Amino acid sequence: MSEQVGLRGKAWFKALTGSATSNSGDPNSVLAATAAIESESALFLCVVPDNDSRFPCARDGQVGLEEAFALATHIRAVMSEDRDKSRETKRPIIAIVDVKSQAYGRREETAGIFFAAATSADAYASARIAGHPVISLVAGHAFSGGFLTHGYQANRILAFDDAGIVIHAMHKEAAARITRRSIVDLEKLGHEIAPMSYDVRDYAKLGLLFKLLHAEDPQHPTSNEIAEVKKAITEAIADARKGRLDLSNRWESDAAKEMRKGTLAVRTALEAQWFND
Amino acid sequence: MNTPVLAPIFVNRKSFIELDARARAQSLFDEGTWKELVGPFDRIESPWLAQQGIAPQFDDGCVVIKGKIGGSRAVAIAFEGAFQGGSVGEVSGAKMTCALDLATKDSKAGKSTAAILLLETGGVRLQEANLGLAAVAEIISSALALRQHAPVITIVAGTVGCFGGMSLVAGVSSYTIMTREARLGLNGPEVIEQESGIDEFDSSDRALIWAIHGGEQRVGMGLADSLVEDDADKITAAVRGCISKGIPEKHRTEQVALYRARIAALDTSRQIAPPALRQEWGSLKGGVR
Amino acid sequence: MEQIEFSYPEAKRLIARRAHVGVVGSGDMEVLLEPNSEKGARVFITTSVNGFRNTWKAIFDRFFSKFDGAVRIHINDAGATPGSVLLRLEQAVEVIEQ
Repeated sequence: MSEQVGLRGKAWFKALTGSATSNSGDPNSVLAATAAIESESALFLCVVPDNDSRFPCARDGQVGLEEAFALATHIRAVMSEDRDKSRETKRPIIAIVDVKSQAYGRREETAGIFFAAATSADAYASARIAGHPVISLVAGHAFSGGFLTHGYQANRILAFDDAGIVIHAMHKEAAARITRRSIVDLEKLGHEIAPMSYDVRDYAKLGLLFKLLHAEDPQHPTSNEIAEVKKAITEAIADARKGRLDLSNRWESDAAKEMRKGTLAVRTALEAQWFND
Repeated sequence: MNTPVLAPIFVNRKSFIELDARARAQSLFDEGTWKELVGPFDRIESPWLAQQGIAPQFDDGCVVIKGKIGGSRAVAIAFEGAFQGGSVGEVSGAKMTCALDLATKDSKAGKSTAAILLLETGGVRLQEANLGLAAVAEIISSALALRQHAPVITIVAGTVGCFGGMSLVAGVSSYTIMTREARLGLNGPEVIEQESGIDEFDSSDRALIWAIHGGEQRVGMGLADSLVEDDADKITAAVRGCISKGIPEKHRTEQVALYRARIAALDTSRQIAPPALRQEWGSLKGGVR
Repeated sequence: MEQIEFSYPEAKRLIARRAHVGVVGSGDMEVLLEPNSEKGARVFITTSVNGFRNTWKAIFDRFFSKFDGAVRIHINDAGATPGSVLLRLEQAVEVIEQ
């Protein structure tokens, strides 16, 4: 499973933009291209493996220092170029997400990867707040710091529905070790407790996804599948443009009413008590 | 005849680190001006812990206090490091997000309300995994929304420190205040050792840990703003100072080109020596109060 | 995980204040002490350590032998010793009797 990380992302980036190489000035692990989606132009971003990365702990598709700053640079360039455009014409930003995790290295910690990650998350969120529709397409793995850096600030999130898609806070082995359970027990818990599940169809119950998509062979999309995905992205863009610039749609969704009752109870109580001055 | 003995200064110092989250948050406010919101008596607990045999906490490990600091409106949101390592669950995360949202709403309506985030946390609560992670993404978003209108001030005091996804919240803050004992980073030493091996990071090497993640280093290299002694009064004074300064002209995370260039200039053929970064990146701002 | 409840109908003295004490760290507990709307006292315990109902009963029998306030007590427990439990209860009583 882990050998595939990054390959699905790359395959979908190529399918949607026609490009599969990084731009000069960027690390080889970051793919960025402007391409047409429906009748408009959008910025597509993807992080992929790079065996020759200057950073030894960022060679398998992790989101590291260089990746985070490259993403932020591209996003802010588009924001700057579209600064005077109306909300309806600000270019969409499409994050294709297939990331092993954040980079786990001493160089990264020393040089402040927490801050690099924050810079990228800031760029994505600022683009959204400025009115750019930000859409994430989870085409593989989306773990923890990697997803927070690249994709989780989106207005709308799309994901494929097969076993190769995993969205989670920590991969199984480490999570099992830290919570002192066996992997089998962890998986069993996931069946009962949807937020702990490693199955994307359980993730879909949490109300965070716009749509689940299907592709038969993850690394070799057919032209029909590509057309379907483009259509879904276009719908997500339109939906984002109609909605608010914040992330409130995530806890106001129908699924959230079922699965995020704690969130809603907090918001109701806090709002009531805040103004009791 | 006895001469009076002057008490040494450290006897009078009120340790901030020794206070629990509630006491820390309370200590920042002007006397008589604060109240706790959605506190333990409301009993909004985690919906997910009991079914896993884990005892919940009535406030889910997050304290929200609203009031005045140095006469200015403020809300403090504190994670309790002693409960589940200060980890972010659905409810504790929602308390922080919603408090930030309400501060933003007030600030936009002319009642500028700073947010002070007391981050004693290992990151996402694994027992709530995807709802914890989603909550962190939402906190990041709400902090970014508020900082356009009022300062977002993060305090990392120790002993848990600020790790995992919540370190991004520190990263986007207007100001970050740390003690020497505190640590700030995306991945803790044990996680690095686990994922990349003991040569990459020996998690038993305490000197190495503080050299990389410690408050003195983070402030010295310019990724945090103030290094403050573990003293409640001094930390309050530092917070008041940040509120007075107001929103910085440009937030650190908006200075992409500057930091991208710094990363590009790094020699990655070997490990990076922390003191070198203090020298090359360090600013004249920040220092021990 | 156990939920344990006790009633002490003879604890009838009116209480005006409430108290919260403790943090649910490992080996620790928190307690909410509030006025009961009816006469008598009620105790509600959530504990991650199973099999100690009798111990909890003994603790509260002892507590209510000296304390007669009509209170509702809520506890989240992660393995506190009986000594710690009594200490937390005493701290809470101190707050309400101030």
